[in-house]
This record gives sequence, C-alpha cells and structure tokens, in this order.
Amino acid sequence: MTGHSERVVVVGNGMAGARVAAELHARGEDLKVTVLGAEPHPAYNRIMLSTLLTGKIGESDVELAEVAGRGVDLRTGVTVSAIERATGQVRTDDGDRIPYHHLVLATGSRAVVPALPGLDPEHLPERVIPFRTLDDCRRILALTGTARRALVLGGGLLGLEAARGLAIRGLDVGVVHRVPYLMDRQLDPAAGAVLAGTLAGLGVTTHLAVEPTAVHADAAGVRLELSDGRSLDADLLVLACGVRPDTALAAAAGLAVDRGVLVDDRLRTSDRRISAIGDCAQHDGTLTGLVAPAWAQARVVAQVVTGQDPLARYRPRPAVTRLKAAGIDLAAMGDPTGGPGEELTFADPARGTYAWLRIHDERLAAAILLGDNPSVGTVIQLFDRGHPVPTDRRALLLGRAVGGAVAAPAASPALMPDAATVCQCNTVSKGALVRCWRDGARTVDAMVAGTRAGTGCGGCRDAVAGIVDWLSRTDPVEVGR
Amino acid sequence: MATHCPYCALQCGMILREEDDAVSVLPRQFPTNRGGLCQKGWTSAELLSHPQRLTSPLLRDPASGELRPASWDAALDRITTGIRDVQEKHGRDAVAVFGGGGLTNEKAYALGRFARVALGTRHIDYNGRFCMSSAAAAGMRAFGVDRGLPFPLSDLGRADTLLLVGANPAETMPPLMRWLTEQRERGGRLIVIDPRVTATARQADLHLQPLPGTDLAVANALLHIALTEGYVDGDYVATRTTGFTEVRRTVAGWWPARAEALSGVPVADLEETARALGTAGRAIILTARGAEQHAKGVDTVTGFVNLALALGLPGRPGSGYGCLTGQGNGQGGREHGQKADQLPGYRRIDDLEARAHVAQVWGVPADELPGPGVPAYQLLDSLGTDQGPRALLVFGSNPVVSAPRAARIEGRLRDLDLLVVTDFLLSETAALADVVLPTAQWAEEDGTMTNLEGRVLRRRALRPPPAGVRTDLSILTALSSRLRAPGRQPPDDPHTVFAELRRASAGGIADYAGISWDRIDAADGVYWPCPDDEGPDSPRLFTYRFATADGLARFHPVEHRPAAEEVCADYPLYFTTGRVLAQYQSGTQTRRVAALRRAAPEAFVELHPDLAERLGVADGEPVRVLSRRGEFQAPARLSPGIRPDTVFAPFHWGGRARANSVTNDAVDPISGMPEFKICAVRVEKA
Ligand SMILES: Cc1cc2nc3c(=O)[nH]c(=O)nc-3n(C[C@H](O)[C@H](O)[C@H](O)COP(=O)(O)OP(=O)(O)OC[C@H]3O[C@@H](n4cnc5c(N)ncnc54)[C@H](O)[C@@H]3O)c2cc1C
Ligand code: SF4
Repeated sequence: MTGHSERVVVVGNGMAGARVAAELHARGEDLKVTVLGAEPHPAYNRIMLSTLLTGKIGESDVELAEVAGRGVDLRTGVTVSAIERATGQVRTDDGDRIPYHHLVLATGSRAVVPALPGLDPEHLPERVIPFRTLDDCRRILALTGTARRALVLGGGLLGLEAARGLAIRGLDVGVVHRVPYLMDRQLDPAAGAVLAGTLAGLGVTTHLAVEPTAVHADAAGVRLELSDGRSLDADLLVLACGVRPDTALAAAAGLAVDRGVLVDDRLRTSDRRISAIGDCAQHDGTLTGLVAPAWAQARVVAQVVTGQDPLARYRPRPAVTRLKAAGIDLAAMGDPTGGPGEELTFADPARGTYAWLRIHDERLAAAILLGDNPSVGTVIQLFDRGHPVPTDRRALLLGRAVGGAVAAPAASPALMPDAATVCQCNTVSKGALVRCWRDGARTVDAMVAGTRAGTGCGGCRDAVAGIVDWLSRTDPVEVGR
Repeated sequence: MATHCPYCALQCGMILREEDDAVSVLPRQFPTNRGGLCQKGWTSAELLSHPQRLTSPLLRDPASGELRPASWDAALDRITTGIRDVQEKHGRDAVAVFGGGGLTNEKAYALGRFARVALGTRHIDYNGRFCMSSAAAAGMRAFGVDRGLPFPLSDLGRADTLLLVGANPAETMPPLMRWLTEQRERGGRLIVIDPRVTATARQADLHLQPLPGTDLAVANALLHIALTEGYVDGDYVATRTTGFTEVRRTVAGWWPARAEALSGVPVADLEETARALGTAGRAIILTARGAEQHAKGVDTVTGFVNLALALGLPGRPGSGYGCLTGQGNGQGGREHGQKADQLPGYRRIDDLEARAHVAQVWGVPADELPGPGVPAYQLLDSLGTDQGPRALLVFGSNPVVSAPRAARIEGRLRDLDLLVVTDFLLSETAALADVVLPTAQWAEEDGTMTNLEGRVLRRRALRPPPAGVRTDLSILTALSSRLRAPGRQPPDDPHTVFAELRRASAGGIADYAGISWDRIDAADGVYWPCPDDEGPDSPRLFTYRFATADGLARFHPVEHRPAAEEVCADYPLYFTTGRVLAQYQSGTQTRRVAALRRAAPEAFVELHPDLAERLGVADGEPVRVLSRRGEFQAPARLSPGIRPDTVFAPFHWGGRARANSVTNDAVDPISGMPEFKICAVRVEKA
C-alpha cells in the first residue's frame, strides 16, 4: 500500500468518506478518486443533524465543502453491493463495476433497532424513526409539523440531543432510558442526576431504569409499553438506542471482521489493498463512533496511499464527549467508573453545575463538567494533550481559563507603596504623584501636567483623582513639609 | 510647531517647541489621540541631541576593520563604486534595497523610484512585511483594497461590540484606549482574543485565551455559530458579496466543540462572542500582529474577514473589519512602491498599464522598469549567496534584531560585498555596515505620513538637521546623479517629491492625486483615496461598493492548519513574541532614552508560575530559551496571565537577549509574513 495508487475508490460519502476524498485530493492531484455514497445527498455534516432538528438552520447549512468535480468523481445514491477482491473491482447496485488500486471502506454505522414486538427493522412504522441520516431527520421534521408529543428511546448522547432539539421545536418530550441515570457510558450517577434536572427545566421528562416491552404504532400515534407496567403515548418515537458498524460488505468479501472491520495502525484491513476508517472500523479493539478519530484516520490513509508519508500511523487519542444542545453544557472524558488517582468534585445542583475530575500522575485521567464551568476548554486541552495539571487544582474546578486571574482592585491610596505604578503608560509611581503635590500641584489637571500621569490611555485618571483627594484630606496633618 | 509622534501608526498629534537647544514635546488635541501621548511620544525629542547620534558618515577601514568617520564625498564614492562593481560583475539585480515602515510617504516613494530607476533592480522590499502584510493581503483579496481601518478611529468609541484579535493597544498605542473607554462607558462590550492576559485583555468584558496559532479555528467556529444561530445577514451576503457557499460549507466542518479542543476556548465563550457580534447594532472586528504574524496569517485574517462579511459589517455605518497597523507609516509605506511587487498608488508592478503610467511620470521607458522582486525574508535570506544580491542599502530598518531567525540573517548580511545603512544611531545592523550614512530625524524634515486610518498627515520640520547630517531624500538624489540614473532628475525637497507622488499614484488604488499639503493642514488630515483637488476624501470606505471590479466583496474559504513548527518532546513549549509599552520595534531609538530604559530596562521571559516551578526557576532568575534555530537569554518574569504551555518575550533587544534568535522563519505563502508568533522552544535555567 505504500507508494502511489492511481485509482482509489471510497465506499461511503459520510463524514469519513468525504473527508478521505478531500485529503487524498489535497495530496495527489493526479490521483483518480471515486466516491460511491448510498445516501442521495452530497456530503453533509452528520453531527449538525441535531441542530437541523431544532429548526434553527436549513439543509444547506449542513453541507460540507465539496471536492467533487475537482478530480474527484462523486456518485451519490449508489450503493456498493459487493467487493471482488480477486479482480480488484467493486460492484454497485446500478450494475456498474469499478476497478480500484486501493479501496477505502467508510460505510459508517447504522442505528440499532431494538428487538421489540411491533418493530420490524426492515419496515418501521411511519411514526417510529431512527436518528442517523438526513432522510431520518426529514422524516422526523415532517411529523413535527402536527405532532405535540415525542418520545425518545435511549438516554445516551444522541437521544438527549434529539430530545433537546424536539423540545426547542415546542414538543413535549419524554426520554426513556434503561439505566438509572442518563448517559451512563460517560457520566457518573451524580452527574446524570444533575443533567436530568437541567433537562427537566428545558421541557424534557426522563423515565429512568425502565425497559420498553412493546411498540404499538398506527397512523394516529405511537404507544410505548414499559417494563414497569406503564405505557406512554406520543405522536412520534425517535430511536436512539446506539449504532452498529456497517460491516456487511466487508464480511461478505471475506475480510476479517469482529464488531467492526479489523484494521491495523495504517488502517489496513486483512487485505492490504483495502482500508477501513470511521465508524465501521475497529482498531486495537476499539470502535470509535466519533468524527475526530474518523478524520485522523482519513488523514493517515491519505498520507500512506499517496506516498506522502508512508510511515504515517494512526495513534488513537482519548475521546472527549461534548453534548451540543442549547441550555446544556456538558463535557465528559475518560472512564467515569473509577481508577487510581485523586478525585476532585464541585457540585451546585440548584444551578445545574457539576464538576468531577480524576487526576493521576499529575495528568487528567477523567473528567465530567456539566453546567457553567469556565475551565472546560483548559480541562479538555489538558486531557487531550496529556499535559501536567496546575499545582493549584482550584483553577481546574472553578477558575476562568488558567491564569485568567483578575487584577486586584486598586488599593486605597493610603495603602499603596510609594513605588506602585499608578500610570502604566508613562510609568508614574504613587511616589512621583505625592512629590508633585508637595511641589504645589493641587488639582488633578495640575498633577497630570506635572507628572504626565493619565496622558496615555487615560485609564488612571480616576486613580490620580483618588490620590489628590486623599492628599487633600491627609496632607496638612500627616505629610507636612 | 504642530506635528506628529515619530513612532507608531497612531501618529499622535504633538507640539514641538525649541527652547535654547532643547526641544520639548506637548500633546495636542488631534482626532486620534485626543490630547494623549504615551511615554514614547513624550520622550521622543530626547534623541535629537543624543550623544550617540551619528553626525558624520562612517566608513569601514579595510586595515583595522573598524568604522571610521569619513567625508560625505568619500562615503558616496565608496557606495557608487561598490554598486557599479557588483552590478558589472553580477547584474543589476545584485543590488538590493531594504526600506522601513517608518519612512515618510515621500521617502518610501523616492526609495522605490531609486531602486527601479537608478539601480534598475527588482530587489526592494521592507520591514512592513514583518508587520501587517498578512492583513494587507487578506484585505486586498476580500475588499479589493487594503486600508488598515476603512473608517475613522472614532467609530471604535461607538461600537456596541468590539472584538480585538491579537491586539494589545493598551501597551502598543495607549491613547487609542481612550476610544475603548468611551466605548465601554456607552455600554459597549469589549472582547479580546489573545493567548496572554495582556493589559488590554484585562479590560475586556470577555477574554478568549486560545493556544497560539489557533485563531483561525476560532474564527471559523464563530462563523459556524453565526450560521447555526441565525446571525448571518442573508440580504447583505446576497447583494454585496460573492463566494459565500464554499465558506459556509467549510465552516460547517468547524463545530464549536472541535475548535474548543484545538484552541482551549470554551464553547460557551465562543457562543457568547458570536452572539455579541451577531446581535450588536454596531460591531467592529480588528486584527493585529497576534493574528497576522503566522505562516497562515493571511488565512487567519481572512477567517475574521469572512465572519465580518457574513454578519454584514463592512460598509455598514459604525461597523466593519479593520487592522491595527503598527509602524508609524506602515500604511503609507506599503502604498508607494517600497514593496517588491508594487508601484506607487498601490499598483501592481506586473500590471502593464500601471507600469506605463508610472514610467511616464519618471521619464523612463516602461519596459525598462524591472519586474517584481521577492518578499523581505526571502530577500534577506538570499543576500550574499550565489543566487542573491551582493550589495544592500538599508533605510529605516534594523533586521539584525527584527528579522526572524536573526542569527542566520546576521550571517547573510556579513556575507555581502557591500552593506550600506542610513540611520541616525548606530543600530545593530549599522554596526555591520561598510558604509553608514547619518540621516535626519523626524523633527528635522517635512513630509507626510499615512496613519492607521488611511489618513494622510503632515510631519513638520522644527529645525534643520545638525551639521554633517543629510536627509534620506538628499542622499537618494545624490546617489542617483552619481549613478547617472536615467529619466527625470529626482527632486530632493519633500514638497516636490509629494507632488510627483500625487501624479504617480493618480488612478491607483491608493490615489493621492487630490491631496495637497495645504489641504492636509486645513483639515486634520485627508483620507485616501482622494482623486480630485476639489472632490471629497474618503473617511469611510465600502458604504456602497467594494473596490473590486464588480463592487462585491469576496469570501475565501480558509482551513485551519497546524503551526509550521509544533511542540515536541525536545521543544515542548510554545514561544511567542511581542512588544512592551516603553519600547518600540528593534529598540534602536527607545533603548537609548533614559526614561524608557528605566521603565523597561531589559528583556525578559514571561512564564507561568506552574511552569517555572517545574523548571525550578524563580522570578528574576536568568533562563535560556532554545529552539532549533538558536537561543537567547533573559531573566524569568513569572506571570499567571500566560498559559502554562506558552512562554513570551519582547523582541526589542539585540545581542544575547535577542528573542528573534529563536523565532521561526517559515513564511506565509501569500504575504511572505514570517511566523513570529509561534514556534517550539525549550526553556532552561541559565
Ligand atoms: C445526530 C448525530 C450527532 C452526532 N454528534 C456527534 C458529535 O457531536 N461528535 C462526534 O464526534 N460524533 C458525533 N456523531 C457521530 C458521527 O456522526 C459519526 O461518528 C460519523 O458520522 C462517522 O463517520 P463515517 O463516515 O464513519 O460514517 P457515516 O457518517 O455514517 O457515513 C457512512 C456513509 O456510508 C454510506 N454507505 C454505507 N454502506 C454503503 C455502501 N455499501 N455503498 C455506498 N455507501 C454506503 C452510508 O449511507 C453513509 O452515508 C453524531 C451522529 C449523529 C447521528
Ligand atoms: S501611541 Fe504611538 S504615536 Fe502615540 S505617542 Fe505613543 S508611540 Fe507615539
């Protein structure tokens, strides 16, 4: 796979596929890149679907930059039905055969449809919709016009984003989650409880520690039956029960597949002419399911395939989960369940704020920040880069950005040392001002003329006035001549 | 005598008075400084009679290798023969000229003409490349014109939201802060983006403190938020701009959490910034060196220009995008032919019509004008090499201190066959020269300066230069005639030079044809373009159209990319440079003023206390800063206002404390701007 491949075929035009096409294009102008995407749309930003759901933006706002037409042949609405490794071709559902020197699988993942009475994965009822693609989003939006109540099955990241989006549209939203607290993969129970409180304030009800047992859906509505005997009615049901890597194509071609398509550090599958990236790939036992690693992988594939850097290797970085929804600020990273190290917490549930950090070996091992945590940017960077944490841990829990210490308010003139600089622009000390007073200056203007204090940015004029005031009160008694 | 400060681009109005031999300075009410002056301005007259002032030409004595006083004739002869020798052996391009952003318009113009006509070389460029060239290129490609502020400074005082990106005017131009005070007193919001808690950032309502080199990601994320929150002005985008679709698709890939992980700026702060800009009646975005001095400086500025355009700011009264120019005549200096690819009037040297027009003013055939040269760093880095010039004439610049990777440039200068420096003090660069020519100071010459607003101002001579000292203009004229320059005889009095500049700039982008000294005197300055004597000048640009062929502003999609040199195990810290209040540029002048030396006596290395603790360094202890290119040494200054992964040092000092010994010479592919603001270093106890 090192060296130059003339014809690269990419299967999938999602976040990873579109990105690898752009990365290939940027590195090898003479390369022929063909992208085959099953979805009928040009590349779009999948993670913005949650924002699309709120109605604040239109479909054109989620389009991604196009490399199509610039040496990249993009075919949308075309599904690859088979890989013929022996001849180095892929077959498409419209009967075409396309040869490749190198093949990149970026087939992503599909929404999991839970095995429940009333849900046939191949023929979902009209009012039951997964949340993965632009078409899913369109279908949800088509129903929200008349719907008043929505249910979301799954209280993970995706389910909560969907719930918040629908709530912004004015729907009554309920979230049903199996575990006793929300986002159990990223949070601890305390954070989950604070989050549930925040959501309640935003019009989202949570039903925790219950399993769905059946779905009844017809043209009029959906009813979800629960393990505790209750049943919930709504106008639509959004499925957010996780995703499963789309490995069917790879498995049928005889590539090594576990939960995802197995890849090495160069993202090569068991066939060295085929790579896999993004949600469909399994690297070092891990499925990523996020954009950042998918894009890092896309870059490595492009570097290796174009020969720009044959030694490029994918090095996973620890994942940071960020919930993007109006009124909720949540960041979670690392394993929330435990591990060595010191733990720090801050909780203010009434204001929806919660912070928990685990520090091991002077490095951040895990963190959960929910609500107004000004240090969130610093925490994420320290975690991502593995840099040492500040000696004063409070900076991480409470501080503004590290070091953003606010200057102490100007001390009263009496307490200022003579050497203290009053006017930065003209380096005038308190002592110089006092001398000027003793030389006869009695007004602010006279002090300014005599010392040049306040003639730069003008910001110290109040301080000069304060000193004049202080001197006029104290000088005759204390200072003397 | 009413004039302006010799130093920075704010060009504060001041009054000079001569009492016996001493000259005193008083601030003056002028619409920019409103009676304010910083300490540099107050003390500027001290250098007029400084004991170290040069009052005689100096020639390097071949036997001893020392610089010795010589007569003007001897000095000019040495230069003329040197130039002739080099050009005979190596061709006309073997002589180069390096100018400065502090030269008056007249001198910058005359220098460009001298290079193209008298020397016939394509090699001329200037230190403005190190200053605002990235903003210039970004402004040019977006608006079709590059004027630092396309509106009067006073607009800052009325902005509801003001965003400063990589600008620290509280230290670099204090009187400008008066406008910011007014802005906040009126209830406006000030937002500052800077990796350090600067004096300016301390006054901000909101301070974003990104990792150095990530401003572009921040800009793209702000536009992403503007899109998702509906702040984009669709009508404006549709009727006044082109190219938005590609930009929209590019920033769709910059969701806030992605920019947050890269820059460390919290999503909430990004959202707050976008909201403050997007919902303000009047909003202004300003960039300065912090955003611009990068190998991706043009794209970074473009990111903020894109944001301004999407919000519909440029051309809307009281709103807009601008760049805070740094050097005294940074603006005028880039308009009249000191730049490698330019002719007067901000014309392109490869434009046939422009060449014909200017050649006719100079009285030479158009096809004899040389073509474009190369940008400053490339020029300096080629000196004395097989491909590069073998002789260099420097006016108003001190590259030994101010160039990136300065030790290498110092070596290049030493390799020259002939180095000529004009200065009024023996700068570090002059100290290396074969010939040093003593030149007049600001209070000894007439001329014009164009300030950061594009307002042309008058500089007035209080008294003639001391005996033995000549003006740059008379030096250029003398050299021209010794070199038997073709074309019309170049004038040496600034008023006549300005009249010629007006004709040469007529019809160009920076059109000065309608600007006369009298008109400037009558009206607190005149804003270019001003094509007619009778017609109006242009305090505000873009109200109805942009300076592009179709009148529309251009969006350009820009992607963040890593710094040219990222941190690694051996060089684990980011290094960034900048200025301090009491010093100016390479410090040749300000380091010699007693009061300024007291205020800022020496260089320092600013580090976070946590970092200092890890390094085992106490406040005031000397530290060594090392990069792949060199090292410098200065005392540590501990400050919680800097990120623990970043160290800062001012660049005003030479010798062992020269910060530019370590800076990276990677340059922006469009502007040629070196990456002063970020490189990887290691810090050690010295
Ligand atoms: C609403 C939502 C919000 C999200 N938010 C975030 C977030 O904030 N941060 C984050 O990091 N991640 C987020 N994710 C996850 C992120 O979107 C995925 O990790 C990312 O899209 C993975 O990229 P991919 O290219 O591997 O898969 P996908 O983007 O799913 O693309 C796969 C593409 O391949 C096509 N395809 C499959 N099989 C074939 C075939 N045989 N022939 C042709 N085409 C085929 C599919 O139709 C699809 O278009 C979110 C996901 C959703 C749905
Ligand atoms: S701000 Fe600039 S122009 Fe004004 S006094 Fe200071 S150095 Fe001079």
